[in-house]
Amino acid sequence: MNTSVDNTDITILRPPNRWEFIDFKELKDYRDLLWSMVWRSIKVLYAQTIMGLGWAILNPFIQIILFSVIFGKIAKLPTDGVPYVLFSTVAVIPWTYMSQAMTQSSQSLITGQMMLGKVYFPRLIFPITPVLAKLVDFAVSLLLLVTIMIYYQVAPNWNLIFLPYFVLLMVIIPTGVGMFLSAFAVRFRDVKHAMPFVISLLVYTAPIMYSASSIPADYRFWYSLNPVVAVIEGYRACLLGTTLEWAYIVPGTVVAIVLLFVGALYFRRMERVFVDVL
Amino acid sequence: MAPKGTYIMNANNIAIEVKGLGKRYRIGLKEERHENMASALVDFIKSPLKNYRQYRSLYDFSDISPEKMDEESDDVIWPLKNISFNVHEGEVVGVIGRNGAGKSTLLKILSKITPPTVGEVRLKGRISSLLEVGTGFHNELSGRENVYLNGTILGMRRREVDRKFDEIVEFSGVEKFLDTPVKRYSSGMRVRLAFAVSAHLEPEILIIDEVLAVGDADFQRKCLDKMQDVGQEGRTVLFVSHNMNAITRLCGRVILLEGGRVSMDGPAHDVVSHYMSSGAGLSPEKVWPDLATAPGDQAVRVVGVRVKSDDGQVRRWMDIHKPVALEMEYEVLEEGVELLTYYRIYNEEGVMICTTVDQNSGWYDRPRQPGRYVSRAWIPGNLLNEGLVYVTTVIKNRRTKARHASLREAIGFQLINTLDETNRQTGNSGSYGGVIRAVWPWEVEYLSDNEWRNAVV
Repeated sequence: MNTSVDNTDITILRPPNRWEFIDFKELKDYRDLLWSMVWRSIKVLYAQTIMGLGWAILNPFIQIILFSVIFGKIAKLPTDGVPYVLFSTVAVIPWTYMSQAMTQSSQSLITGQMMLGKVYFPRLIFPITPVLAKLVDFAVSLLLLVTIMIYYQVAPNWNLIFLPYFVLLMVIIPTGVGMFLSAFAVRFRDVKHAMPFVISLLVYTAPIMYSASSIPADYRFWYSLNPVVAVIEGYRACLLGTTLEWAYIVPGTVVAIVLLFVGALYFRRMERVFVDVL
Repeated sequence: MAPKGTYIMNANNIAIEVKGLGKRYRIGLKEERHENMASALVDFIKSPLKNYRQYRSLYDFSDISPEKMDEESDDVIWPLKNISFNVHEGEVVGVIGRNGAGKSTLLKILSKITPPTVGEVRLKGRISSLLEVGTGFHNELSGRENVYLNGTILGMRRREVDRKFDEIVEFSGVEKFLDTPVKRYSSGMRVRLAFAVSAHLEPEILIIDEVLAVGDADFQRKCLDKMQDVGQEGRTVLFVSHNMNAITRLCGRVILLEGGRVSMDGPAHDVVSHYMSSGAGLSPEKVWPDLATAPGDQAVRVVGVRVKSDDGQVRRWMDIHKPVALEMEYEVLEEGVELLTYYRIYNEEGVMICTTVDQNSGWYDRPRQPGRYVSRAWIPGNLLNEGLVYVTTVIKNRRTKARHASLREAIGFQLINTLDETNRQTGNSGSYGGVIRAVWPWEVEYLSDNEWRNAVV
């Protein structure tokens, strides 16, 4: 600062410190870039496809049919009286978003490594971009949800006002996981191989195909530590008018927020060696 | 042409202040073992303490001091060692040096891509770096979208891109194809568009690496002019290049890096001519008089490698028009070995120009008697382009393909165009770019209108 008379910004580059949290000011300065990157990934994803954004509907739709036939018709899983198609639609749609956002976010630094070594911008933009870009798919797939709800003639009750809360929670989870795993994947490429396994683990440990009420009471607390449970239960309650199970929602929220902080801290910690290690 | 970046030496207008900067990397082997978690885990179980230290050392810099930089251990390298310099506002400074001198590491630190290990940098004002044009360009996006994407990646705000959009498009000359996906562009169009975006950045400090090595000659000239404008607007520019012409044209001052340190810093002409005349650490000859320590093994030992002009002189510079001989002298110690000898030839940017293998000397598949040999390869005149040439020599066993000796960049020399006069007469600058010198037969035929019609019919 001794060299400057006017208030021009001075950037100081030093050997990195230990723990740092997210630099929100810098992130704000680069918000236009974030939008460009989100736009790029949306546009590129469906470039040269016949269906285009239709895939955002087709993907969950096929999964819903599959689940309805196998678990609804054949295995006849209990759904607390809700038609199985409706029951699974409400879960599959947020789940599709979360799993895709998580997978892409965790690979974001590896796929972006060319750019990483050539130019500086807040590295956090890499894992955040897919989380935001996938929201477009999510919004489109809501059309499917609304159509199915109209078909079954369900009107949501007052629980609906909590929906934004669960949408937020649905975004927080892949953000936290994505930040952590993308940074982790820089050192350990195992992440790419482990991801499908993690995703299927989450499918089975969350009430997507079955109802959370079928979990024995003794295990409910442990079960509730999976934040995906909170999101799915929340969606069901908000859209189908089932009761809001706070016993699931509160622990899930806490875990999601812890994940977010741990992810952010770890990401920042690793950030400075990304280029050297990649 | 235009005057070079003028500047006033004044302690109050320092734009870039670099103090005791050093960068350490861990290399290869030891890190690779951690490429997957399973092997890391096995290692971890085997020797937890060692692994823990190794893992920590990536971030832990407490044991590092500039004095230790010369103690090269097997997994640590210091591409930058204790570098200090200041750049004043509005100064246009060139950075030159051989490959591995630390240029790109310096640029990466200054552009925040990687943090320093020791030392400190102070930058005053907004900084943009162009280590490559077209970073983030995506094939599926249209030219228009790519301009916005690339502009924001380089640190512009959307509104800034809006404001300069027309200017950028005009500069690039691709108006007609703005809404076409970039994948349908020719590579020239792509580069022009990408450079146009970069050229319209308005940071206080601009860091440029070799971006001039792109595009056709016309466009390169346009870029050089644009960059000269940049310097005159009072912007600070740090310019890294292998192109000495561009360096002397654009820069007032040049910093020469050697082995990770600043070895010379001063007026452009002085530093560039020092760099050129010193041959940048080139030596046209290497000899190993003591057979016991000469490179090689129990079968073959290399005792000398040199470059000779066609009149038999060993020297640093060679005439571009005349043949040049590459010689390696070696002692065969084992009866009956069959040798495969070859040279790999690199230019100053580290690009391998070619490999020449002895297939026609008659000794190719002949078992050798013990004794001393010279293998000589002739590079024809007018084949390689101007500039520095590095030669790696290798001797292998023809049967087992095992390596007897391999001398990486053992010798080097500079090819000089001695006939600048004729070039000036024809109006050419003498340097055509590219790795080879294409003095090829040309023909021009005059086809009159009628003849052309007749020929087609």
